[in-house]
Amino acid sequence: MTPSRPRLKSYIFILLMVIFGPLGNVLLSKGMRSVGAVTNLNVAQLFHVAEQVFSSGTIWLGIVSMLLFFVAYMLVLSWADYSWVLPASAVAYATVALLGHFALGEAVAPLRWVGIAVICVGVFVVGQTPHSTTQPPGDSA
Amino acid sequence: MILEFVLFFLIMVSGTAGELCVARAMKSVGEVHSFTPAAIGRAFRQAVREGWMWLGVLLMAIGFFSLLGVLSLENVSFVVPVTAFSYAVGTLGGKFFLGEKVTTQRWMGVLLVCFGVALVIIGKH
Repeated sequence: MTPSRPRLKSYIFILLMVIFGPLGNVLLSKGMRSVGAVTNLNVAQLFHVAEQVFSSGTIWLGIVSMLLFFVAYMLVLSWADYSWVLPASAVAYATVALLGHFALGEAVAPLRWVGIAVICVGVFVVGQTPHSTTQPPGDSA
Repeated sequence: MILEFVLFFLIMVSGTAGELCVARAMKSVGEVHSFTPAAIGRAFRQAVREGWMWLGVLLMAIGFFSLLGVLSLENVSFVVPVTAFSYAVGTLGGKFFLGEKVTTQRWMGVLLVCFGVALVIIGKH
């Protein structure tokens, strides 16, 4: 099979992943802040934490957002390479930092912004490569 | 500190292994051409018949709860970029587990992503 170029469909689903993934992460982070720090892994404390986690509306919103991310992710994986999708969706790292900074008031050091910019350059380089190099079953295109 | 390391390790290894299993299951399902609810439902029913999908979901669940744990300890703008280290693991998995052809250019991009993650970690201190 000749490797094909990324299609508009691939980019639309990457965009959905880049919106819902970071939104989910930020909501989960906000929810876990209200639950408090998990400092050890003993069963009694984990049960107590699980009880708080599943009674938090913010965490449920985060889970719904992550599920939407997951559906978009599964669909794009049905035609595109995992090793293309994974880095191409790394723009989400910039989205997470922006949301963390502006929505949660997290301090983001200049070096961290530089790191995120380098991640985005890496994403661009990966985005220029063919999006699929394997032949899915039943696909004669 | 050890707890954070263990949780990050689980996010990267278990989460990435889970994603590779899901990717393998979706490759068996084949390309989803239509996005009507019926077509997505059909793809979903096909996906849940794949053993790789269930293993993938289990491993991703372990990664997800580890993520919740580490989010209770660290800022999300630190946690999420650090997990990008899984890109190297994921690209290796794509090549050897899924048989994808990873070109030199794609490797260069992944290396840049890893370098960016290293800067994010250094930027914390």
